[in-house]
Amino acid sequence: MGMLDEYAHIVGEDVIHQLRQLARPLAGKRVVHVNSTRVGGGVAEILDKLVPLTRELGIDCQWEVVSGEGDFYACTKGMHNGLQGNSVRIPENLLRTYEETNAQNAERLRGQLESAEVVFIHDPQPAALLHYCPNRTGKWIWRCHIDASHPYRPVWKYLRQFVSSFDASIFSLPSFAQPLPNPQYIVPPSIDPLSDKNVELPAEEVAAVCTRFGIDPQRPLIVQVSRYDRFKDPVGVIHAYRMAKEYLPSLQLVLAGGGASDDPEGEVVLEEVRIAAADDPDIHILLLPADAHRTINALQRQADIVLQKSTKEGFGLTVTEAMWKGKPVIGGDTGGIRLQVVDHHTGFLVNTPEGAALRIRYLLRQPQKVEEMGWKAQQFVRENFLLTRQLREYLTLTVALLHGAQDRIELG
Amino acid sequence: MSDDRSPFAVKDCALIALATGKKAHTLNELRDALYAITTDSIYYHFWGGLLHPRFEERQYNNDFASWVRHALHDSTLAERLAVIDPTTLSDAEQLRSELIELLEVRLDEAPFLAWVRAVKPFEFIRSQIVVFATDRAIHEPRHLAELLPQLSTSAIFYHFIDARRRSPHNEDDFRAWLVGFAEHDALRHRLAGVDPYFVPLTELRQQLSDIFADYFGLAEAAHGHVG
Repeated sequence: MGMLDEYAHIVGEDVIHQLRQLARPLAGKRVVHVNSTRVGGGVAEILDKLVPLTRELGIDCQWEVVSGEGDFYACTKGMHNGLQGNSVRIPENLLRTYEETNAQNAERLRGQLESAEVVFIHDPQPAALLHYCPNRTGKWIWRCHIDASHPYRPVWKYLRQFVSSFDASIFSLPSFAQPLPNPQYIVPPSIDPLSDKNVELPAEEVAAVCTRFGIDPQRPLIVQVSRYDRFKDPVGVIHAYRMAKEYLPSLQLVLAGGGASDDPEGEVVLEEVRIAAADDPDIHILLLPADAHRTINALQRQADIVLQKSTKEGFGLTVTEAMWKGKPVIGGDTGGIRLQVVDHHTGFLVNTPEGAALRIRYLLRQPQKVEEMGWKAQQFVRENFLLTRQLREYLTLTVALLHGAQDRIELG
Repeated sequence: MSDDRSPFAVKDCALIALATGKKAHTLNELRDALYAITTDSIYYHFWGGLLHPRFEERQYNNDFASWVRHALHDSTLAERLAVIDPTTLSDAEQLRSELIELLEVRLDEAPFLAWVRAVKPFEFIRSQIVVFATDRAIHEPRHLAELLPQLSTSAIFYHFIDARRRSPHNEDDFRAWLVGFAEHDALRHRLAGVDPYFVPLTELRQQLSDIFADYFGLAEAAHGHVG
């Protein structure tokens, strides 16, 4: 069975049929995606599935990865942080390394890149490749996965000289976009329903995770999955839990996040969380390795409600993941959470711990409401935030770019 | 669609959104932006939302009304904007004029609105639509009864909503095609009674399917042939 058939079981035959029709004018064309890593990180996860799916549609789709030394990654890490608005000064020598590394990679990949009909460059790491491929023949698209709504200006000024030359750019939300002289497509991110993070799990596996962390599966559970960051407001989640627990004494809370060893601020926040939790045996603060996808999956599946009480958020794919598992989400009224949590339908948008506590009490007293909202949440993700939707939009904008800039393109 | 008995070629479409970079934080800014924004963006804010699945009937049938209500909290103007039916206007420029006129009138009535800052800005989006052929063609109206439930929601959008923008008579493609089948005028009349603006596309598909199935008789339609 092909990958498309596997997805058809989840999204429906009509969705796959539409992809096939949309891909028809692109049959045989060479499309190349370029990013900076083949494993780890959201972009690699998506490309790992997106590329073979595109190939199954008859498109000659390749995935290339740029490589560099430590200084290159130090520079691109600085660019990433700078695009997100952190005031990071990137030393001149690192910028030179960035350019040299892109030049070297361009030399290595020149054959594929200059002859490809379409090239997708993901994030800042390979953005300068275009500059070193002067004989390119296809359309080049810069896909920015980062919230660049308020970038640190010196970093953006430097990057803009490269990304301005692309034929188009893609941002996840309108508010993430920066003014550029090319068309700026809006393509929200997506999740892969067949990945370890999201795939259906056997009940025994979920039960084993509960046992491992001392979670009582018979009692109500609320879960927040996110790194220990003040913008995720984990302390606010504990306050909300405490307020709700006065009315629901059996309530349990799991805060699950990655290790904070390389993030000094993360360690400070984690300490604040531990102090706030005090010695409450029903608060489980978990530090999980980066590859604990099935564990996170199990915790989300065991939860009655998932929280993402962020005060600032990019898109918030953990919200999408929870909704896909049929869980109502109580989310902070910010960023991409607003796009996913449809107030009173797929969950609730809140602004304070008090608001979150109120909604926890409301939902846990009404199991049928939890079920109804969870069902809607899952349908909402099925129709909006699965990989196949992202693939459809990539195909659509590729067709559009290859057919000029008209607002309406009639094929066939 | 032609007015003879040529086959009905089923098409589908995909819409992709583009940022324009233009935003409005106040009613004044919205009005000023409306003078300059492309008609394509106005189209998107009236119709683009229909391609996004919804759970309930839409409270407002366009993004402008929704923003005025939820970000500026002015129900009066929101209600006036919500009743605009673009298919009754001759073209997108007239639609633009109508929007601006309603904003101007409201700003005259309630000058304080010029100073009210929205809780979140109105972000102007535009779109590109890619229309593509499917392998499906219908030769007899009765076969639509069988085909309609199988159509994608975007195909429904293309033939029942987008068609009104393409047709000189603001008509959907089904009705335009049925002109060639005078014996089915009653069906055309029933289709004209479907209001597409407030229901999700899945529900619209169901409504249309029900009308066709009821008109032709479900059992009969089930034995039809889709070419």
